[in-house]
Amino acid sequence: MTSIHVPSPIIQVRNLGKYYGNFDPAMIDRTGPEHGTARDHVTASIVAAWGVNFDVAAGEALGIVGESGSGKSTVLRCIAGDVAASTGDVRLAPFEDGNVNILDLDPSARRQLRINTLSVVYQDPAEGLALGVTAGGNIADPLTAAGWRNFGAIRDRARELLARTEVPLDRMDDIVRNFSGGMRQRVQIARALANKPPILLLDEPTTGLDASVASGVLDLIRQLLEELQVAAIVVSHDFGVIEMLTERCLVMQHGRVVEDALTDQLLEDPHHPYSQKLVAAART
Amino acid sequence: MGRTEMTLEATVNSSPTTIAELVGHRTTETFALLDEESKREIRRALLQAVCIPGYQVPFGSREMPVARGWGSGGLQVTLACVGADDAVKVIDQGDDEGVNAVNLRRLVTMSTGIDETTEVDEATLIQSRHRIPEDDMNENHILILQVPVPEPLRGIERDIRELARMHAEADYSRMWVSLYEDKVRNGVITQSTGYPCLVASRYIVATTPIPRWDIPRLHQSKFLTLFGAGREKRVYAIPPYTDVEPLTFEDVPFEVESADGATCRLCGSSDSFLVEMPGKQESWSCSDTAWCRRQRNT
Repeated sequence: MTSIHVPSPIIQVRNLGKYYGNFDPAMIDRTGPEHGTARDHVTASIVAAWGVNFDVAAGEALGIVGESGSGKSTVLRCIAGDVAASTGDVRLAPFEDGNVNILDLDPSARRQLRINTLSVVYQDPAEGLALGVTAGGNIADPLTAAGWRNFGAIRDRARELLARTEVPLDRMDDIVRNFSGGMRQRVQIARALANKPPILLLDEPTTGLDASVASGVLDLIRQLLEELQVAAIVVSHDFGVIEMLTERCLVMQHGRVVEDALTDQLLEDPHHPYSQKLVAAART
Repeated sequence: MGRTEMTLEATVNSSPTTIAELVGHRTTETFALLDEESKREIRRALLQAVCIPGYQVPFGSREMPVARGWGSGGLQVTLACVGADDAVKVIDQGDDEGVNAVNLRRLVTMSTGIDETTEVDEATLIQSRHRIPEDDMNENHILILQVPVPEPLRGIERDIRELARMHAEADYSRMWVSLYEDKVRNGVITQSTGYPCLVASRYIVATTPIPRWDIPRLHQSKFLTLFGAGREKRVYAIPPYTDVEPLTFEDVPFEVESADGATCRLCGSSDSFLVEMPGKQESWSCSDTAWCRRQRNT
């Protein structure tokens, strides 16, 4: 396995864990890939993710790959603050110089992080956007949250972001509900970038889009990651996405990380049987 | 406590046997209609409201002899505040003679024996629906506004837990988005009455349906403003000398209503809040009738 540690990481995750149900220390040993399940048969609790460790450097994109229910989205949502982690230590260099475990913050402080430190792009644009609001209004939201009070400046910034994400500017004042899936996803990306966050979390950003639209959005994300030098985490079940966007990735199964490798190495020479299965499936 | 028991005892002892007896059987009238415990509860809520400017304080809205939504909140605030030395003025859209204003005023004066007046100078309590009187008011005045919808964010969020969270964290970006959307769609911010304002740089309040014209009057006012929403069971306050800023973008100035060249057809004034006569286009008169009358007489 390659090292999960990088010098001066932007995101540092240690022993991140999330379970649903009652906690019994023994249930950790009764679940996981060796047991073929994340559900403990004694307590009926679900160990959605456990013992997750990794670092992400500036300008780097880390992939998390695995099948549905493997815990990859849980990890991302625990970092984003959408789900309360059960245990762990997550530090973000841009927040208090990484001296604070963000999992200890109250929900209000967690939401503050989402304004200009950390943005999330969800699979479903309805989660990241207000569909009844215009494309420009959706971008105005994080801007006003960050204290922007000048209408003209907000318009200019929204225009700039929509142009960058290739949303036709004549659609800027249309409500997002009237947009196609691909266009909604572009607006969601524009919104996520509004306050230039140093950290970007992408949860299945192209899943659900048809192939040609997905490749366009993927291209855009790749360009942005290169251009903006943000630290990114990309969660996907699709090796194509992981291959295109990330340099390193984790493979998760039944709530545990089973392999951690450079992405091209993993695709060439997967070690863990589950990784081999995933790669084989992706290559056919 | 002792008094409550005595009253009950008195009722039992006399044991009315007919409805007529029951109706006729009135225990001692309390000052200002409400019992002392109720008034105390409302005053406690009002004190909290004054201490946290703009924060909506829940209170146990009582049954009133007026229906909820007809000024029952303002009435309860007035009755909780009124003392034997007060004089009350009640207006409805600036008019002392509106049916509702007359009824509410009568209820207050009959249950307290205090003086009623239409003059701001003479009044200490001014209960109002949808207007602030044109006259200058000072530290001796308490303005009591009847509020239909106390929640300024009602239009953008329906979940009350989420509303409570938004207020608690001063998370008002969606309010700004709604102003942005309004400006984009209509070229101007169309919200006319009940314009949202930030109080003491902390809470956004609904300024009841008072027109924009009245909003600057609330900023650093000498008088105390109390808001009562009977149906929604909330009170809130703007204490004297408190900052009240209408929400607006830096480059989109807040403007009050104006009708170019319009003057009151009765007093000729052009610097008061004018309303169009019902059914008559281009015929304007002062919304504040007492003020208008004084302009004509002096």
